[in-house]
Amino acid sequence: MDPVLLVASIMVSATPILLAAIGEMVVEKAGVLNLGVEGMMITGAVVGFAAAVSTGSPLVGFAAAALASAVLSLSFGFLTQVLLSNQVATGLGLTLVGLGLSALVGASFEGVRAPGMHKLRIPLLADIPVFGPMFFRHDVMVYVSLLLVLAVWAFLKYTRAGLILRAVGEDHESAHALGYKVVRVRMAAIFFGGACAGLGGAYVSLVRVPQWTEGMTAGAGWIALAIVVFASWRPLGVLIGAYLFGGVTVLQLNLQAAGANVPVELLSMSPYLITILVLVIISARGVHGAPGSLGRSFHAST
Amino acid sequence: MKRRTLLATAAMGLALAGSPAFAQDKPKIAFVYVGPVNDGGWSQHHHEAAMKMKEHFGDAIEVIEQESVPEGADAERVLTQMALSGADLIFTTSFGYMDATINVAAKFPDVKFEHATGYKTADNVSAYSARFYEGRAITGYLAGAMTKSNKIGYIGSFPIPEVIRGINSSFLHARKANPNVEMSVVWLSTWFDPAKEADATQALLDQGVDVVLAHTDSTAPLAVLEKAGGFGFGQAGDMYDYAPQPRISSIIDEWAPYYIDRVQAIIDGTWASQNVWQGIGDGMVGIGEITGPVPEDVKATVLKMKDDIASGAYHPFTGPINKQDGSAWLAEGEVAEDGVLAGMDFYVEGLTAEIPH
Repeated sequence: MDPVLLVASIMVSATPILLAAIGEMVVEKAGVLNLGVEGMMITGAVVGFAAAVSTGSPLVGFAAAALASAVLSLSFGFLTQVLLSNQVATGLGLTLVGLGLSALVGASFEGVRAPGMHKLRIPLLADIPVFGPMFFRHDVMVYVSLLLVLAVWAFLKYTRAGLILRAVGEDHESAHALGYKVVRVRMAAIFFGGACAGLGGAYVSLVRVPQWTEGMTAGAGWIALAIVVFASWRPLGVLIGAYLFGGVTVLQLNLQAAGANVPVELLSMSPYLITILVLVIISARGVHGAPGSLGRSFHAST
Repeated sequence: MKRRTLLATAAMGLALAGSPAFAQDKPKIAFVYVGPVNDGGWSQHHHEAAMKMKEHFGDAIEVIEQESVPEGADAERVLTQMALSGADLIFTTSFGYMDATINVAAKFPDVKFEHATGYKTADNVSAYSARFYEGRAITGYLAGAMTKSNKIGYIGSFPIPEVIRGINSSFLHARKANPNVEMSVVWLSTWFDPAKEADATQALLDQGVDVVLAHTDSTAPLAVLEKAGGFGFGQAGDMYDYAPQPRISSIIDEWAPYYIDRVQAIIDGTWASQNVWQGIGDGMVGIGEITGPVPEDVKATVLKMKDDIASGAYHPFTGPINKQDGSAWLAEGEVAEDGVLAGMDFYVEGLTAEIPH
């Protein structure tokens, strides 16, 4: 087994869930639990594919996917933030709506070919032996996802806006008392989360599989949700989690292809086992990292 | 007076409903699919066959369909619902529906069931399946003839006899075309997950494989092969969109004639439980046009093989064949029995790795 090819395919395989998970982490940091990631991803997958095919440009596809999923997520935001509907039920509803809507939109795109996405060759770096082919010859979205993780980390840690977002998520009553617009901050976070999920979905339909098939995200959105918990709401943890999940998937396929006699079921379930283990450890420590107001509705009158 | 008229009308209505000539009585035929009806593979092909059947009978029957039904408890609920809503014949089109079909059939003795690719039957349950291993002999031979790296790959769904038969048949005939062929098998534990199928194809390519045979339902492997290079095959459907390359041929499910036959039996009242297994000769397994840079002599060889299989002159499992551990299975010239093939749970000699359990 060639470790260079292995690492390169892990990066590609992990990118959709990394994008979706970093977006969801910001949403949850603002105190909102949006279980509709799968629905937003599949919407991004179909809209991104449709836009890329119509315009011939994958980048337009990604932009359209981000916008479409972000707009879709605003419907979730309106229901939960303005009408104060239950976040869990509304999120699940969003997934169902996304799956149905994407099947409807995608019906005319069956069997159509997506325009190819060029791989970058980052000058100088791409020519380094071993590391070049491993890290520096991917399509642009792989780097966008990594930069996004970095940006989210810096935003939450060093900016005033990031601090407000965290305050809203930790204790919305206090944030409100201090004069911050809780609903407005949460709507912005939901919009951002939707856009990220859309990019993740479009990555599946434009790069990883390059075609549109109904139901093609096949549970990636749920894995993204699990990764946020695994990461205990930290950007670096999200990165590690996504590469771990993506890595194990690719590794077990490669081990099988190489004819290694490993219990495949054990490898397949290992990310979930590790997630449970992490949960046990963080609850034993008593510090789980979940925002204090996560999943709770807020209304200024209460 | 008014009330009496009402009663009379109701009585007449009841009488009409009871008579066989009443329009409500036309047979209701139901189909249950494991994937979406536009998956490009297995489910789409059953759906298209169902539509051909519907066209054949026109208004004489009513067809209802349910797609993307998970195998397991959900399937039982869907089947029960269909039986309660008055379905006369229900086609359950995936191996995993077998137990659900048998369970629900026991509760509705008047409803007839047809289960695809299973082996359990009952008085009101038929099983029907295709001898896909006949088609896989053809695609396997092509894979062996076309590989340059002497490495071919097989994407398996679940380690059930149907898939294991396909692996063995493909491998035996790939070796016939090229004695140096090695085959890697990757199991996915799913019939339909385009991203996973794409990753598996990429993993095989990374291992030096240059021809990929797939036993999952989407066109994702062909999409990856088109981008990365290498040859593949249409599966369940022709997948001609990917010809001439990477798709160099295909193994096609032809269900429509069977569906028309069985619905006719319902209309005639002659339906009886049966267990059929039909192949290239009966028209249930089709081979798509051979395209791409396949040499003429290879093409001639496989077309002759196809004719011989159809006529019964050649059986893909003809000895001498040993099992993976080297023990003898079929002696020189001996042909495998259907019973052994139906429950096949072993690899033939030359395949590496183990079958997951």
